[in-house]
Amino acid sequence: MARDKVKPGRVPRQPMPEQPASERVQNFGEVTLGFSAELAQLEAERCLMCKKPTCIDGCPVSIDIPSFIQHVVDGDFEGAAAKIFESNSLAAICGRVCPQEDQCEAVCVMGKKFEPVAIGRLERFVADYVRGRGLSLAKPPTATTERRVAIIGSGPAGLTAAGELAKLGHSVTIFEALHEPGGVLVYGIPEFRLPKAIVAQEIGNLKTLGVQIETNVVIGRTILIDELFDEEGYDAVFIGTGAGLPYFLDIPGEDLNGVYSANEFLTRVNLMKAYRFPDSDTPVQVAKNVVVIGGGNTALDAARTALRLHPEKVSLLYRRSRAEMPGRNEEIEHAEDEGVVFQMLTNPVRFVDRGDGWLAGVECVRMELGEPDESGRRRPVPVEGSNFVVECETVVVAVGNGANQIVASTTPGLQTNRHGNIVAEESSGLTSREGIFAGGDIVTGAATVILAMGAGKKAAAAIHDFLQTLPPKTTEPPPLAAHLKPSSGGVLPP
Amino acid sequence: MFTIVEKKILAPKVTWFRVESPLIAKRHKPGQFVLLRVCEEGERFPLTIADSDKRTGTIILVSQEVGKSTGLLAQLEQGESILDVVGPLGKPTEIKKFGTVACIAGGIGAAPLYPIAKKMLEVGNRVVVYLGARNREAIILQHELSLVSDRLLIATDDGSSGYHGVVSELLRQHIRLGESCDHATAIGPLPMMKAVCAVTREYEIPTIVSLNPIMVDGTGMCGGCRVRVDGKIQFACVDGPEFDGHAVDFDSLAHRLRMYRDQEKCAMERAGVPHGA
Ligand SMILES: Cc1cc2nc3c(=O)[nH]c(=O)nc-3n(C[C@H](O)[C@H](O)[C@H](O)COP(=O)(O)OP(=O)(O)OC[C@H]3O[C@@H](n4cnc5c(N)ncnc54)[C@H](O)[C@@H]3O)c2cc1C
Ligand code: SF4
Ligand code: FES
Repeated sequence: MARDKVKPGRVPRQPMPEQPASERVQNFGEVTLGFSAELAQLEAERCLMCKKPTCIDGCPVSIDIPSFIQHVVDGDFEGAAAKIFESNSLAAICGRVCPQEDQCEAVCVMGKKFEPVAIGRLERFVADYVRGRGLSLAKPPTATTERRVAIIGSGPAGLTAAGELAKLGHSVTIFEALHEPGGVLVYGIPEFRLPKAIVAQEIGNLKTLGVQIETNVVIGRTILIDELFDEEGYDAVFIGTGAGLPYFLDIPGEDLNGVYSANEFLTRVNLMKAYRFPDSDTPVQVAKNVVVIGGGNTALDAARTALRLHPEKVSLLYRRSRAEMPGRNEEIEHAEDEGVVFQMLTNPVRFVDRGDGWLAGVECVRMELGEPDESGRRRPVPVEGSNFVVECETVVVAVGNGANQIVASTTPGLQTNRHGNIVAEESSGLTSREGIFAGGDIVTGAATVILAMGAGKKAAAAIHDFLQTLPPKTTEPPPLAAHLKPSSGGVLPP
Repeated sequence: MFTIVEKKILAPKVTWFRVESPLIAKRHKPGQFVLLRVCEEGERFPLTIADSDKRTGTIILVSQEVGKSTGLLAQLEQGESILDVVGPLGKPTEIKKFGTVACIAGGIGAAPLYPIAKKMLEVGNRVVVYLGARNREAIILQHELSLVSDRLLIATDDGSSGYHGVVSELLRQHIRLGESCDHATAIGPLPMMKAVCAVTREYEIPTIVSLNPIMVDGTGMCGGCRVRVDGKIQFACVDGPEFDGHAVDFDSLAHRLRMYRDQEKCAMERAGVPHGA
């Protein structure tokens, strides 16, 4: 219809409305505001509805992109959402945080001659449309099975696996170590990029599907995996514990007051709401000069979070050049617009003590780019004698995360690789132990939300198949709640 | 969940709670701790588990009011619940037959020391408890500790009970007098643990201390609890909380514990809690 009349490329890619930089650094509200229905339809009409839609191959969960875009063109936003929901149950989240420029949009046919269709922005619009109207696409299963699945960790991998298994009628319980579910979505990614209300709503949808969530349970400490099988009556387990073990630089002065890991800094602000201190009880130290070390999404999130806590200056130190920064382009631009000062080719060698255990600065050395390394990026090499000190009282170290060993070290027979990541088959998530599956960052190392979701989805399918192979149950296992019943008696002191 | 089924005041500003928590009670081993959050806007903070009872599904926590969060906890009454309790976290104490084990407590360190002394005695050690406190009123769990030790000695700063002086000096005197000591565990304020380690280092007695840095998640995710042991960074919540006392950098930990001093003051003023206690 209308589309036939529009010549490809006549309408430019529609920019995302956003809060002006000077205003948004004063608040934790969302930076990007989302398309209006008009903008969305204008953008949707740019889609060529390709016969061979390459965008779908670029999507880790293979959303039928042209179909959902067609629904947008037709003004059937609910239909568009339903289409996305067939492949992706966390669209409002993915529409915000997926690196579409490396995925669907990178291979969009329009992108060859013109700019790619803004698929991510459309996905977000559609998801927000149904969310805003309180329409839930989650429908409780019609029939239930007698099978119980335990999901460890409530990040995108665990949430997705839980949702898929619940839709198939299995009884699913998520065990989460923290007091709130969501994983990196709640403790890592800041409010201004992913409002926590959205995460809460997605989790609400899972509950509608019948998923139970037990917070404050650290598997490997509170309950062991073998106890889940032997005592709690679970038939299968999915491990989605993420990559939550911060690396430090291992340079002198790292235990000075004022030095944070990005995980701690972001957890204090996001999960514990330190930005509202003293209305919330958890404090965070943001002094006059803040230095963030690293070049990924986490470093950018830390820098932009720090900026909103009223320092005089926030600098981001990265040892390679801007071209090698692994963070998303959009976030790099946002950070620059907001006033983060980028100091590239700079590598910290020592934290400087003010003399009383507090941080006074970070000594750095200039770097040059040499030959490409294994990752294909040019290797930074230090310039002899170029040391200098950047004055700062707060440092956030954002140089990556490794694998937490609590689960692996308490589960005999569960194989890990030399980095400590759990070994799991890519197609199914199956680990070295029968009935135990794994996916997301704990398997791949720190990656992305959508890859974690994809892994959760594949594992759910494999778990479903596995459950079909089990012999029928004879007796009902005791529900967890039975163990939570108190009685009375005496311990110390008498 | 996490209902307080019993509460008592053990000493001024020191409260004892029995908390319903069957899963934690079931798996708890001496030396482990929990993280708590008292209310919605509350902080997460650690408390070492002072005892547990699988049969009743309860754990014992002893808390001293030192800031806003512990102040809020102290206000909870029997029948009320603690919002979040997660654990048991950290590595359990290494319990085995050493010979004579000295269990040295400073202040409310007596509470986490209790389950350790109990287990050390059970496996056949001779247990000597050195119980230090500011004064007679501040001594806690004396009776209970006497039931799980072969000998119990007391030191108070003001001499109102037992030895007049700090507990590390009491220990030194007894070692000098020939009291045997093959292994020591010290739990209490940092200066006390540091002083004990100075004594045991002299006599080459292996000494375990339990560290209490500021924590957030308690699972190794944030690194806020890092301490320097033998020159290397360790996360107290997963690598500890117990470490070789002779290898711990106490001074750097003391600095880190002061990181939020100003904010803590501000929070206490707002909460109407008098500080300086
Ligand atoms: C600051 C930051 C910004 C990011 N930005 C982006 C972005 O813009 N786009 C993007 O695609 N990706 C981004 N990522 C990466 C992305 O968030 C992760 O790849 C993704 O969240 C991994 O999902 P997961 O389910 O594997 O694990 P996680 O999200 O890490 O969740 C794991 C959960 O398991 C819990 N857990 C751990 N151990 C246990 C245990 N023993 N028992 C019970 N529970 C346990 C944890 O508490 C946590 O809640 C970012 C990451 C960070 C840190
Ligand atoms: S590749 Fe681009 S233009 Fe083609 S269907 Fe996908 S989004 Fe539309
Ligand atoms: S408390 Fe966060 S790593 Fe130990």
